[in-house]
Amino acid sequence: MAYSDKVIEHYESPRNVGTLDKEDPNVGTGLVGAPACGDVMRLQLKISEDGLIEDARFKTFGCGSAIASSSLVTEWVKGKTVDQAMTISNKDVARELSLPPVKIHCSVLAEDAIKAAIEDFKKKRAARQAKAS
Amino acid sequence: MKLPIYMDNHATTPLDPRVLEAMLPYLREDFGNAASRNHVFGWKAEAAVNKARQQVAELIGAAEQEIVFTSGATESDNLAIKGVIEFYKSKGDHIITLKTEHKAILDTCKRLERVRQERLDELKLLRLAQLAGQDVTEDNQSELLAKYDVDSDETYRKWAELPTGGARVTYLDVEPDGRVSLEKLAAAMTPKTVLVSIMFANNEIGVVQPVAEIGALCRSKGVLFHCDAVQGIGKVPFDVEAMKVDLASITSHKMYGPKGIGALYVRRRPRVRIAPIIDGGGHERGMRSGTLNVSAIVGFGMAAELARKELPEESARILRLREKLRKGLTDALDMTIINGSMEHRLPGNLNISFAHAEGESLMMGIKDVAVSSGSACTSASLEPSYVLRALGVDEELAHSSIRFGLGRFTTEEEVDYVVNLVVDKVRKLRDMSPLYEMAKEGIDLKSIEWTAH
Repeated sequence: MAYSDKVIEHYESPRNVGTLDKEDPNVGTGLVGAPACGDVMRLQLKISEDGLIEDARFKTFGCGSAIASSSLVTEWVKGKTVDQAMTISNKDVARELSLPPVKIHCSVLAEDAIKAAIEDFKKKRAARQAKAS
Repeated sequence: MKLPIYMDNHATTPLDPRVLEAMLPYLREDFGNAASRNHVFGWKAEAAVNKARQQVAELIGAAEQEIVFTSGATESDNLAIKGVIEFYKSKGDHIITLKTEHKAILDTCKRLERVRQERLDELKLLRLAQLAGQDVTEDNQSELLAKYDVDSDETYRKWAELPTGGARVTYLDVEPDGRVSLEKLAAAMTPKTVLVSIMFANNEIGVVQPVAEIGALCRSKGVLFHCDAVQGIGKVPFDVEAMKVDLASITSHKMYGPKGIGALYVRRRPRVRIAPIIDGGGHERGMRSGTLNVSAIVGFGMAAELARKELPEESARILRLREKLRKGLTDALDMTIINGSMEHRLPGNLNISFAHAEGESLMMGIKDVAVSSGSACTSASLEPSYVLRALGVDEELAHSSIRFGLGRFTTEEEVDYVVNLVVDKVRKLRDMSPLYEMAKEGIDLKSIEWTAH
């Protein structure tokens, strides 16, 4: 399959690969996909008290498009608010990377990963607030 | 050393320059039709075809009259299976094959199953009309079927046993090492079994089947044995007499010959009969009509001769390189698994899973090396290789597998380069893999509730 230059570029120099401390109350972790399907994406977001995404890290098991999609969204979410990040759609990712139709699911996974990470962060915060009150 | 490096010799092999040299005259001045009996152009072409037939026959221990030229292995497989089923339909209609066979076998078998099913459906409607004493239409069909139990009707059951032109097929599982169990094969045979079709060596995992034992079993039961021998011929000794093979598919482009030419071996003693699937001028003793592709046949013949003469030396050299590749990769990388039997394996094959590094993405990282991946990471088909699945290989590992195919022109320098490159890229991908990180932390990946998508 011929990949676009952007996919190749992200695959060769992925941004923000790594791990944040998942015990940190300000870190939300989203783990989506399944090994049996051939791709698993883990996105971690470090979110400030006022809802600003300060840092993002990813690790992905998957094809070049999956790696590029996750790398791209780490770049996109940094500096955004949680609400802004929630509006990122798989279509934006697929368009930016010119993904072929058979690779659209990689972009869906990236969108799901953002949502899962934010949801995890919100759960953590709610649990913390419940404890405090 | 020149890039890119070709390590996908199961898919096809490059043309040997000696083969090309042998072919050239038949593309230029000696262009005659081998069926032209009345002039020198035809005679020359016929002589060249006869020589090639001899060369191909010799490679597999056959007589030249037993070689039927076809367009390649897919056609040979179709001709063998459909030809036997049609010719012997009054004797039986049951085929036994393996789940790990090539699609040319599996899809041919599936078509024959469909043909049989369609015929049975027609018979069922006919009998239903008789029982109901009225025409069966789309409107009343389901109502009548509910009223009359055609399936247990004596007459219909007798009809269903008549020759249909299609076939019933048993797709046998393989053992975890990729080989067939002879006990299971024997147990699957019924009085209706006319054909067993089992490959010589698997195209993905390189596992070599116990062909001589299968042949002996089939012969003792009076069942014909077809062997898709494409991947093993020229790499591992293959002899139709010693192995009691009745029909064998061969193709030229897997042994450094041209594409688009192959052969079906059809045994003369004891005689095996097949119905043709192409009708026409009666070429190839009526089994495969069509003007012979003389230059390709000459190339195929030359390729067969070279394969026969150079097999021992070439196999030993390729095996040494394959072992160097295997050792290089498995010494440097943890969590690697070789798929399929190591003992019964083609010398040039290495099918290996690098756990937690995805195959397609690894191929992208080693784009200067042509290999093949057991992964199919597309939305249309998330299924990894059916061969690896049939072996019981875990899906994640199947997605992480790469097939290396070494061949006649693979060099030691290339192997060294590939080892270094693959080790480097697998490490890089694993550094990026959440699964590798979790496995290293001792987390059981099976215990996680994954969100399939």
